[in-house]
Amino acid sequence: MLTESTARSQVSAILDVEKIREDFPVLKQSIHGKPLVYLDSAATAQKPYAVVEAIRKFHEVDCANIHRGVHELSQRSTAAYEETRGKARRFLNARNKSELIFVRGTTEGINLVASAWGRKNVKAGDEIIISALEHHSNIVPWQILCEEKEAKLRVIPMNERGELILEEYEKLLNPRTRMVAFAHVSNALGTVNPAREIIELAHKAGALALVDGAQAAPHMKVDVQALDADFYAFSGHKVIGPTGIGVLYGKSKLLNAMPPYQGGGDMIRTVTFEKTTYADLPYKFEAGTPNIAGGIGLGAALDYVTAVGMDKIAAYEHELLLYGTEALQRIPGLKLIGTAREKAAVLSFVMEGIHPHDIGTVLDRQGIAVRTGHHCAQPVMDWFHVPATTRASLAFYNTAAEIDALAAGLLKVKELFS
Amino acid sequence: MVDDLYQEIILDHSKHPRNCHAMEDANRKAEGYNPLCGDKLKLFLKVENDVVRDASFVGSGCAISTASASLMTESLKGKTREEAMKLLDRFHDLLTTESEVGRDLGKLVVFCGVREYPARVKCATLAWHTLKSALNGAASEPVTTE
Repeated sequence: MLTESTARSQVSAILDVEKIREDFPVLKQSIHGKPLVYLDSAATAQKPYAVVEAIRKFHEVDCANIHRGVHELSQRSTAAYEETRGKARRFLNARNKSELIFVRGTTEGINLVASAWGRKNVKAGDEIIISALEHHSNIVPWQILCEEKEAKLRVIPMNERGELILEEYEKLLNPRTRMVAFAHVSNALGTVNPAREIIELAHKAGALALVDGAQAAPHMKVDVQALDADFYAFSGHKVIGPTGIGVLYGKSKLLNAMPPYQGGGDMIRTVTFEKTTYADLPYKFEAGTPNIAGGIGLGAALDYVTAVGMDKIAAYEHELLLYGTEALQRIPGLKLIGTAREKAAVLSFVMEGIHPHDIGTVLDRQGIAVRTGHHCAQPVMDWFHVPATTRASLAFYNTAAEIDALAAGLLKVKELFS
Repeated sequence: MVDDLYQEIILDHSKHPRNCHAMEDANRKAEGYNPLCGDKLKLFLKVENDVVRDASFVGSGCAISTASASLMTESLKGKTREEAMKLLDRFHDLLTTESEVGRDLGKLVVFCGVREYPARVKCATLAWHTLKSALNGAASEPVTTE
């Protein structure tokens, strides 16, 4: 076990976090007279100047619609927007730019697959597998599909640490399994799932695999080819980009075989009242004027995290998570919810006899922002028999000193309510 | 710091809630649910000749919702249905408007701090939503704050 001072210096050695914090304007403010301690990055991450600036420049200098018009501004905005697709390709290590579809976020990415792929490929009696630790966005779209098609939804169980039980998963797989959809990292527990293994088993059973990467993409290097993922979705706003923009990766041959998701402008080749032919990938799935500013902002965000280095971010956050885990475990009556051996950036916990909402309010008055509630993962809360938890979630701009502030804040909570 | 919200009487009622038990001979019951935080509450009333003779609750919730249910059940006893409904309106006004704090609310005025915490108003009103449902007759579904 590390001593506190060793751990702190280890955390700070990996990144120049003070320099990074300078780039995030939001972090420089006080809340209720205390320096802001932002520990809710799993809900949404803060944005650096580079992202704010890219969006401002688009609106002030380059604003025009994309993919239409020969005029200068339209060409500039198209180039900037499409450049992000290339950055997203590199970020996920996809083979081809056309395999990256811009969506509103992970939720829309999953809905796109459940709807466009599911409508065509899932029949009565087929089975879809999800896991016990999913966010509602990777449960409900599949429930809707299963209800419509009279297919069966099956759930991989987890153990008391919040890890999926792979032996049980293997038993669920069978020739009727069409899709295995699971989170790379759990938003409520922080569990990092063995994605490569889950996907390989799905493929062996003849099923496809979709990975909800909302909580993984901000914290680790993702390689969709190494994973052999069929679909992979993430949200821009959790990777220090703007809200309303995200990316769905899909293998070309699957995307090509799928019917469109939504109809409209930009997704067509020719339209007559008799027949419409669709555009090639990726445009087939991008109907209507997209979130151009968001796409450009996301490009700046991906540049930023790439420059810092996803490996460094992962290593830094890992040390911070260990430091935080030890700090919270020292608080009497506090119980961590989610203690997987492979974990990322999330400290979810309950305190004996104190409701998370009261914890959240008292922390807020000390300038500390945490999430309280069911984290859009009600089945996870039910499994652990808690109505809600308090969740401190980390990003690479957080510091060990902020963890200390959280621990001190929680001691004040205890004092007030016991 | 948060003393304006967690006044002593609220802390006391959250740690030691009054009338916190099921009631065998209740003739009005209702369930309340706050889907945002998962708080659940069952309210039991004994109403005779249009007067609330007894009130109790069981449930799990935060300090604000527990204290609110505890103080509500205390203040209901002996009130007619009409008086209870009037109290409900007054309490709701206390939390959501800038109006002058009502003297006739008695101990319930301790919740006036909640209006500075918009995210917590529903915690304080859960018990009262449930009361409305109980007084208005049998609801088959739990009443929710949403």
